[in-house]
Amino acid sequence: MTANTDPVHRPRLPGQRPVARLSAAIVQPVLSRVVRRVAKSHPSLFARLGPHQKTDYIIDPVELPFALHLRPDPQALIFRAVPRDLAPVAGAAIRGRFMLLLELVDSEEDGDAAFFSRDLEVTGDTEAVVRLRNALDDVDGSIAEETANMFGAPGRAILARLRRSYPAT
Amino acid sequence: MSLAELICPAGTPAALRTAVDAGADAVYCGFQDATNARNFPGLNFTPAELAESVAYAHAKGAKVLLALNTYPPAGKVDLWRQAADTGARFGVDAFIVADMGVADYIARTHPGIRLHLSVQAAASSPEAIRYYCENFGVKRVVLPRILTIPEIREIRKEIPCEIETFIFGNHGLMVEGRCSLTNYLTGQSTNMDGVCSPASDVEYVRHDDGSMSSQLAGFTIDCFGPDEKAGYPTICKGRYAAPHRPEGYYAFEEPISLNLSRLLPELIEAGVHAFKIEGRQRSKSYVRNVVKAFRAAVDDIRAGREANIADLVALTEGQKQTQGAFETKKWR
Repeated sequence: MTANTDPVHRPRLPGQRPVARLSAAIVQPVLSRVVRRVAKSHPSLFARLGPHQKTDYIIDPVELPFALHLRPDPQALIFRAVPRDLAPVAGAAIRGRFMLLLELVDSEEDGDAAFFSRDLEVTGDTEAVVRLRNALDDVDGSIAEETANMFGAPGRAILARLRRSYPAT
Repeated sequence: MSLAELICPAGTPAALRTAVDAGADAVYCGFQDATNARNFPGLNFTPAELAESVAYAHAKGAKVLLALNTYPPAGKVDLWRQAADTGARFGVDAFIVADMGVADYIARTHPGIRLHLSVQAAASSPEAIRYYCENFGVKRVVLPRILTIPEIREIRKEIPCEIETFIFGNHGLMVEGRCSLTNYLTGQSTNMDGVCSPASDVEYVRHDDGSMSSQLAGFTIDCFGPDEKAGYPTICKGRYAAPHRPEGYYAFEEPISLNLSRLLPELIEAGVHAFKIEGRQRSKSYVRNVVKAFRAAVDDIRAGREANIADLVALTEGQKQTQGAFETKKWR
């Protein structure tokens, strides 16, 4: 089973492609640091992924100009921002608003409830998605806050501002 | 007097710690294999994780109940026996079983550990429950979700063990432990492999109009409109077109969750000893919110106050809830 980030509901806007490429390039160094740090801090996460360590996931925050490509292979981790039209064919895709995805990573929101409400959409290999969800759910603490802490006071300020900018649901 | 013990789900060690910290009296969990009925990918406990989790729960005064509630295929009982031996070695407080052979093995090999009869055994009559009590020393029965409160009260008078009822989560009305719908489509058995609608056979298809189909093993079992709430991809909760209902309808059950928060006082009065929250497959967020809400409600009732239960509808399947047969058998 395969899926891609089919932008079926996303009309292309003028200048969208350059914006997507530029913003993806800007965040890329941060993403690489984040994923290496999370992998180092939470090695047990990989056991729950089982055979899906080598699956390509597309995580698609619908309001951002790019998607995220994750391959959680501990030997060759990939976590990168990709313009949607350049995203690889993925084993599984997960779509939702950025803050919802962040809260799911931290188990602040329940994935099944987000699925029931249709705020979260999954396509492709459902087992891969379930394994990723369960692996992340067994992580204690907040990956978002760990990430913010990597960048000190500015990182924490950005996270706080980000949380304030999304209304509580 | 019922103790109204709160029995809470845990699919991972982190969820177990969350449940204990949120006020669970006991947490139920299972191993990463076919010995339990939530054998989902990436879920459940390794033996080492169970040992650490039992220590964590016991240090905080909570119990751990190990679910061994599937049915071993004929001649393949070793996995279940090993799981029981491992659980006993780590000091679990009870085993939740459905199969008589598993119950018999534990009763003979680990007689000091309590046996609870799983809902998977579908024991709903005094005669059936007494059989398990008399032959295997079962101390508690988890009742199927098909009985009214007056029926539970009558059963309580006729059995020599405690009663546990579900109060929140999946509203399963099939004859549990006997359902073969998943097996029919996927070849995997809910009752022996421990997985209903295996994720490897589930696919969600997004359509151009914003609707979404859920499929199991290539069969479409529901299609949700763009603004319609969704449910789990299980056959029993599928929506089907039939000659007399060409528009499609829920032929067996509906995507809806059980929520008995308003009936807790009556359940206690009827003699229910323990309240079970379903959802080992759910997240820590679900566990934290549901356990906290019911902990507060039970504490209020014990203290003689009116329970003010939090609104949990956002966590329910299809974002709909029911009191099901507990209120009336005409609930639908």
